[in-house]
Parts: sequence; C-alpha cells; structure tokens
Amino acid sequence: MRHRPRGENIIRFDSVGLRYGLGPEVLQDVTFALPSGSFHFLTGPSGAGKSSLLRLMYLGLRPTRGRVVLFDRDIANTKRYELPALRRRIGVVFQDFRLLDHLTALDNVALPLRVRGVRESEIQKHVPELLAWVGLADHLGAKPSTLSGGQKQRVAIARAVIGRPDLLLADEPTGNVDDHIAMRLMYLFEELNKLGTTIVVATHNELLVQRFVHLPRIHLEHGMVTRMRERTEAE
Amino acid sequence: MFGRHSDLPLAGDATSRFLPWLVALMVFMAAMAVAGAFVIDGIIGRWDHDVSGTLTVQVLPAGGDQGEAATDERVHLAVELMRKVPGVLLVNAFDKKRTLALLEPWLGSTDVVQDLPLPRLIDVTVDADVHIDLTELAERLSRAVPGASLDDHRVWLSRLINLSRTIQWLAIVVVLLIGAVTSATVVYGTRTGMAVHHGLIEVLHLIGAHDDYIARQFADRAFALGVAGGLMGLGMAVPALTAIGWAARRLEGGFLPSLSLPLLGYITIGLLPLLAAGLAMLTARLTVHSTLSRMP
Repeated sequence: MRHRPRGENIIRFDSVGLRYGLGPEVLQDVTFALPSGSFHFLTGPSGAGKSSLLRLMYLGLRPTRGRVVLFDRDIANTKRYELPALRRRIGVVFQDFRLLDHLTALDNVALPLRVRGVRESEIQKHVPELLAWVGLADHLGAKPSTLSGGQKQRVAIARAVIGRPDLLLADEPTGNVDDHIAMRLMYLFEELNKLGTTIVVATHNELLVQRFVHLPRIHLEHGMVTRMRERTEAE
Repeated sequence: MFGRHSDLPLAGDATSRFLPWLVALMVFMAAMAVAGAFVIDGIIGRWDHDVSGTLTVQVLPAGGDQGEAATDERVHLAVELMRKVPGVLLVNAFDKKRTLALLEPWLGSTDVVQDLPLPRLIDVTVDADVHIDLTELAERLSRAVPGASLDDHRVWLSRLINLSRTIQWLAIVVVLLIGAVTSATVVYGTRTGMAVHHGLIEVLHLIGAHDDYIARQFADRAFALGVAGGLMGLGMAVPALTAIGWAARRLEGGFLPSLSLPLLGYITIGLLPLLAAGLAMLTARLTVHSTLSRMP
C-alpha cells in the first residue's frame, strides 16, 4: 500500500463549480481539503450535491470551473490516458452498488485486479480471503441477483477495497441495510482507516452521523459547503 | 484469443446473432469476386503469351480456273518473303485441309464448305527481342503478294485486354465495397453494444480500466464472430466455385479459355475469413476507442 504520511492533503477542491449541460450549477464554489488518513462524513439533504461531489472525487466527471488536485495532480492538466492510474488508487462504493449482474461475487470483486493485469492465481488466492472477511465465504459463486441487499453491499465494499486504495469513497453505503449491518460497515471502514486509507462516507442519515460524532464532516446545502467541521486535537 | 476473460456479457447481444451471417455473405461474395479477378488475370496472361511473338499473314484466294494454284503461288511468295525478314524464327503456312479443320467446329465438314474460297493463313513466329517495323513489313508484303495482309493481333487483343482489366478492377472495387460494408456494420453493432452496456463500461472505467482493456473485449468478440461467419462463407463459396469450374470445363469447342484458379487465388480465398475477422476486430477496437475518448 502506498499510503501517504498522515496530514498531507490527498485531495483539494478550490472554488469548484459543476453544472450538467446548460443547467444550473449543482455545485458552487466548493473549497475544502482532505488530509491523508482522515475519515470524513459528507452530509446534506437529498439533492444537495453529495453524489455529484463524489463523482468529481472519483474522476467520473470533470469540474466546469475551479481546481481539483488529487494525489498532487491537478486534474485539469492531467491527460486522459493518465486517469486510470489515479482511479486505481480510489475505491468507490456506489449508492446502487453497480455490481455486474452476469458475474459471480468472486468475479465482481476480482474486477479491479483484472483491469490491472494481476495474475489469475493471485486473484483466486486473495479474493476468496476478502469475501470471507466480509462474511460471504459461502457465496463466492453467487450472482448478485441471488444476494440480499446487505450481501450486495458487502460485495460492493469488497470490490472497492480489494485494490487497497489510498482513498475510499462510499455513497450512502448504509442506505439499503438494517441498523446492525450499518454499524458493522462503519466499523469496517474505521478498521480500513486505521490501516491508512482516507475515507469519505456520503450519507443523509443523521442518526449514523451522531453515533460517530467524533468524525469530521463536510456539509452541503444547495450545492455549497455550508459547514466543514475538522477533527479536534482532543478527538 | 478466444479463451481470454471477458467482463462484458457480449455473447447475448444482437450483433452476435447477425454479424456471422453478414460476414458469411460478405466472404462468399468476396470469394466470387477474388476468384473472378484471378481467373481474368490468368486469361489475360495466357492471351498475351499466346499472341506475343506471333504474326499471322492472311492471303486471299485468287479467282479464276487456276485459282487454287494461284493461291498456292501467293502463299509460297509470302512464305519466302517472311523467311527473309530478320527476327523471324519460324514460318508455317496452313494448307487448305488444315484451314478447313480450324473451321470445322463452326461450319462443319460438308462438301459445300470445302468448295468455299477460303483465305489461307501463315503462322509466323518472331523473336520477341528483335524489333520489326510491322507497318513497313505489312506494306512490303501487300505490294509483293496480291491479296496478302499482315495481322499482329494487337488491335483486338488490346481491346479484349482493356475489357478484361475493367472487369478485374470492378471485382477489386466489389471486394473493397464489401470490406467497407462489413466495417460499417461492425461500427454500428459495436456502438449499439456499447450503448447497451454503457453502465458496465462506466464501472470498468471508474475502477481504472484503460480504454484498450474495454476495447479488447469488443475486438475479441468481433474477431470470434468474424472467423465463424468467414468460415461459413468459405463453406458456401468452395462448392459454388467448384460447380462453376466443373460447368466451364464441360463447355466444348474452345469458346472459353481455361478457367482454372492459380495457387495464389486459392490461398487468397482461403485467407478471406481471417481477413474479414481481422477487419471486424480492428474496426471494433477503433470504434470503442473513438467512443470512449468522449468519456471523462
């Protein structure tokens, strides 16, 4: 794992704006920086722009204005063919999981390794280990359509972390699971964070945020960052 | 190539159903055009070889009671004149019996035909490396021998060769058009496939797949479908070409020259499935790259 020293900024947004086509700006003058090894909530009501902000962070979109610096690379000056290398350092848990329905749980989790050209013997060794770690040892050959919401969620998380990313972005990861599983997922994220992964969890579940009140948060309202609470020394 | 892992469910796409049949049809038509081009090339080569280095002297029959003897005398004079021309290797006069034999397939061998006043032919073989002024020779011949004329076959041969070359170029244009239609179909099929699997492609993209990783999956599929369709097309073309060759050989009377296909023709036709598959693969790959380049 190539985790950076804690404290250095892993991602920085300067006056970033985003609009889709000719529509209104869904993000306006967004400015913040995330230190390496940090764990942030991204909060805000539905439609506030959380998913759009995450899309900018995982390089699914380019900003219409402002500056995004990711892993010390200014995205505006980064060539298209250089982006896959940056994306491989980011793990994403999509709100709707976005698992490939025709592939088994094992093949879904193996995808990030296959696109990197990892040998099949390595894949067959590491992927079942990780699926066992998230409690799906008995579902390696199961297709997503046969899995419950919670199981799909864990497959999606396993796919996001199999490449040992520097930055993990999760969009409403607890939205489809019960309270018990939500807490287990959050503890899993905390474990990953302790290992050095920078984590951003987007949620509108205030109850969850209150349970982890010690974690800093970026709060969005109408496409603007209205609150940015950092972790205090005491925390 | 066929055993490589694929992350996209391309086997169920509509392209998988129609592309092999389309490629089969294209390979069949291309095989016909290629065979035609090679056969014509062979025919032109044989014509050219058969008549280059040869001249024909035609002596019109003399009239009157002693016409036969006078005609023989004219032939004798023409033979003597031609033998003295530098560069002439062989002079062979056809007597009346041989001339009648040449005409027999068309006119039969009845007594009426034998009484016809037929022109006599003298076949002259010349050294192809020696320049002969044919215009001057023709004038000298017609002055020395009444009713004699010289034919170097070039006028009718050049017209025939021009016609054949035009047909040959048409065959090549047909092959190129077939390639263009196949490419256009693969572009359409690939774009449709990319639209159908847009969500999956985006996931691969976002987990760090290079464009070529995605393009390779479409290209591999297009190659496999191209090979399958190409072999089907070849399977249809071989019996068709065999049947045409068999029918041509049955024609009597020397109306058609030999329609045999040279070895290079067989090799080219045998390679058509691979060429079609390669074209499909390359087109699919370029199409995916072109489409993905518009993604962020």
